[in-house]
Amino acid sequence: MSILVIAEHDNSSLKQATLNVVAAAKAIGGDIDVLVAGENVGAVAEAAAKAEGVSKVLVADNAAYGHFLAENLSELVAEVGKGYSHILTSAGTTGKDFMPRVAALLDVAQVSDIIRVESEDTFVRPIYAGNAIATVKASDSIKVVTVRPTGFDPVAAEGGSASVEQLDVVKDAGLSSFVGEEKAASDRPDLASAGIVISGGRGMQNGENFKMLEQVADLMGAAVGASRAAVDAGFVPNDMQVGQTGKIVAPQLYVAVGISGAIQHLAGMSDSKVIVAINKDEEAPIFQVADYGLVADLFEAVPQLEEELKKVL
Amino acid sequence: MKVLVAVKRVIDYNVKVRVKPDNTGVDLANVKMAMNPFCEIAVEEAVRLKEKGVATEIVVVSIGPKASQEQIRTALALGADRGIHIETDEEVQSLEAAKLLKAVVEKEEPKLVILGKQSIDSDNNQTGQMLAALTGMGQGTFASEVVVDGEKVNVTREVDGGLMTVALNLPAVVTTDLRLNEPRYASLPNIMKAKKKPLETVSSADLGVEIAPRLSTLKVEAPAARQAGIKVADVAELVDKLKNEAKVI
Repeated sequence: MSILVIAEHDNSSLKQATLNVVAAAKAIGGDIDVLVAGENVGAVAEAAAKAEGVSKVLVADNAAYGHFLAENLSELVAEVGKGYSHILTSAGTTGKDFMPRVAALLDVAQVSDIIRVESEDTFVRPIYAGNAIATVKASDSIKVVTVRPTGFDPVAAEGGSASVEQLDVVKDAGLSSFVGEEKAASDRPDLASAGIVISGGRGMQNGENFKMLEQVADLMGAAVGASRAAVDAGFVPNDMQVGQTGKIVAPQLYVAVGISGAIQHLAGMSDSKVIVAINKDEEAPIFQVADYGLVADLFEAVPQLEEELKKVL
Repeated sequence: MKVLVAVKRVIDYNVKVRVKPDNTGVDLANVKMAMNPFCEIAVEEAVRLKEKGVATEIVVVSIGPKASQEQIRTALALGADRGIHIETDEEVQSLEAAKLLKAVVEKEEPKLVILGKQSIDSDNNQTGQMLAALTGMGQGTFASEVVVDGEKVNVTREVDGGLMTVALNLPAVVTTDLRLNEPRYASLPNIMKAKKKPLETVSSADLGVEIAPRLSTLKVEAPAARQAGIKVADVAELVDKLKNEAKVI
């Protein structure tokens, strides 16, 4: 068996999710190659070559891939990937965008968002927003799979010494072009890979109050998230949303502040190692999944939390 | 321009999902069904394009059992002009759904196809992208804004870490994210009017597509339940537990 992992990156650095996907590839077993497609991706290719368990890094460096447009990327991946038994990538918004296109071009099914590998053709994935867990067997000769990063512990980022090979394949479908982007500027860790996440819900009352959470987050080196209720109410942007329709997180510590615990939210964070809930409603469903629950008014508890953390950190 | 919208009948999002005791799937007997929420957003976007004078006709298509006609009627009540029901009682997976929709696209030749980004039952997030690949169209997935501009459409997409805007040649495929719009409710007069709108039923054979699932579900289980922990009395105790018991700070 031979597995092609499509690296997730931003042209300058390799995203940690790629290491989780390589771990999933190791669970399948076989030679693992990593494809780095982008523009000016030398540093990314170097980082991928150091990852544990990678045999070869293939590099497609061209402006056509600079913004990860699905139309161009999928043609490249379908061509490079057709010699492999498996094609894997992370189930981030880039992977979710181009990977089904790859599957359709190869006329094979895709298995989305796997959290476990049972065997080379059998995978476990959540359905119904995590309310059911399905074991799925794929019969196609090429298995196209997206991987939920939190389902797999990452391989070591250092220690490997894969060869690096430049590909001379330029695919520009001519269907789409990049217009612009608005990236949320933040010095905090990335929500999807942060070790600690502190999230606010409707109980925060407005966006201004999220500053309280940011101060606590900065003390702990945490990322700040939000429930869908807080996003829908316009308190914070959608890219902060944790839940079935937002980010799936599984940090060491998840602190839910003013979040009732709708099933949609629980689907995005219930694999966290330790869950803390702060809510004034002691009947809130979030307490049913919390390791430590504090029934309190968040507007008193969060400033106290900041003070107490200052004492111990 | 003509807009094609695909909608799916799924379990209502308010229903508590229960796994069958024999682990063959989720219990759908006597469960309330509804239009997939992301598909509602797709219908709403098409209706708004028509209200702006951009779209001239909205065709709504659904794949599934006879009862899927309820969801087509809902879309007609919301403002779609006519419906196509691809009737089948078999399980249709994303790739087959995309092939069936491709056949409809070839016949109807819409300028824009709008779908939900994923259905809340299988959570696959595949059909729109597969349809775009099979028809050779560009795709604007996870859309939070759609602006048609001549022979192009600009789609602002919800991506990890922010927003990204792409320009696509028409015809194109758009898949909706939550913040694209807030769907309206159908009014009673429009529900009555929808009953008279045309609805054509076709089979997968009519469209020349063989339904042959590539994925088989071996079992479906309930997720491992997480045990509730303890309640702490105050913030000081919480921080103490996190530091000395859980050792996570």
